[in-house]
Amino acid sequence: MEMQQALFQYCLRLGDTNLILGHRLSEMCSRGPTLEEDIALTNFALDHIGQAEALLKYAGELEGKGRSEDDLSYLRPVDEFLNFRLVEQPNTDFAYVIARQFMVDVFQCLLYQNMQKSSYEMLAGMAARFQKESVYHLRHTSAWVERLGQGTEESHRRIQEAFNTLWKHTPEMLTAKPYEKSLTEQNIIPDTEALAMDWTIQVIRILSKAGLHRPSDTFIDPKTPHTEHLGRLLADMQYLQRTYPGATW
Amino acid sequence: MVALVDSFRKMHAELSGIEELVWERLSLIPDPEVPVISILDLGVVRRVHYNGEKLEITITPTYTGCPAMGLFVAEIKAAMHDQGFDHVDIQTVYSPAWTTDWLSPEAKEKLRKYGIAPPVQDAAVDDPFAPPPVVPCPRCDSKNTTLVSQFGATACKSLYTCDECKEPFEYFKHF
Repeated sequence: MEMQQALFQYCLRLGDTNLILGHRLSEMCSRGPTLEEDIALTNFALDHIGQAEALLKYAGELEGKGRSEDDLSYLRPVDEFLNFRLVEQPNTDFAYVIARQFMVDVFQCLLYQNMQKSSYEMLAGMAARFQKESVYHLRHTSAWVERLGQGTEESHRRIQEAFNTLWKHTPEMLTAKPYEKSLTEQNIIPDTEALAMDWTIQVIRILSKAGLHRPSDTFIDPKTPHTEHLGRLLADMQYLQRTYPGATW
Repeated sequence: MVALVDSFRKMHAELSGIEELVWERLSLIPDPEVPVISILDLGVVRRVHYNGEKLEITITPTYTGCPAMGLFVAEIKAAMHDQGFDHVDIQTVYSPAWTTDWLSPEAKEKLRKYGIAPPVQDAAVDDPFAPPPVVPCPRCDSKNTTLVSQFGATACKSLYTCDECKEPFEYFKHF
């Protein structure tokens, strides 16, 4: 695969991940357990949608077919989305929202920290920008993981259950795609396998601090397509552009 | 030849004079969310270049998803249009990443007087597990304050409360 095409796929994957997670978080607007938490989650949503906008714009330029970040967001069918399966999982309860977010935060902190060393100025610049946002997210969610884990019997049970349920989606996030190899060799993107090691160490450290145990490894094949949840999310997110093509504010 | 060099120098001086005027005009545009400081105080405008026909202004986002960014662009365009610039091109760059270190001491003082605690310099930005910084109350200057929420009404602020004068306040996050 040509390098530019590979980088397009990679940026699309990171951009889609931010977009879908941002949308999931925006569903929490007015549904947070407290006013402060409601504001925190919608702040997260904004950061992720902002990162998606930058990454998808860049992806569109790499692809060279004149597709804008909006075209990529609103006009692609479900099977063309490349986001981590983890981020499309529903907001089952607050514990699920926090567990999902925490797992992504650890990943993005490590990813952006390493991507700042990219030989591509554009990627390094975006990573430096995004990293600061992710650090704030992780500070918030790691504190919640600890609070829920060490809180009441009920909060402990729920956060553990959320990790147990979501854990099967981690290999898909942590496994390098075939097209990444040449990009990593040329120091354009970080090595996902190395990130995976650091991710596991950090996550397990915080889980044990929170009195939670590492879920057992009941993985589903990273190559299986999206879960049923993504289609429904897109039906909602893409509704306006599908119904009124080209509508603008 | 001398005449040519002279006229080139003269033209160059005129163009940089125009750029200076642009900077001056930009310093009058208030931040849409925190109107006591200007967009120049904030440090989002990175470069102004005028080539005699087209005015290029380069900006960098504070937070990638900050909704105020769209407003910055609209307000800059409107202000420049009023100044008679027909071709205004606003570009966004990500590198170097915006930091609150670019806020001038004057801007920080303006924030404090407005009731928003300015960024605390030595706050750790890279370490997610560092404890939150001690933020003095912008009203009574007490260091006896408590973080209520990392996230506030805008992306750039956290919520604190002063345990001395009992007033809640916003903190402009060190970023």
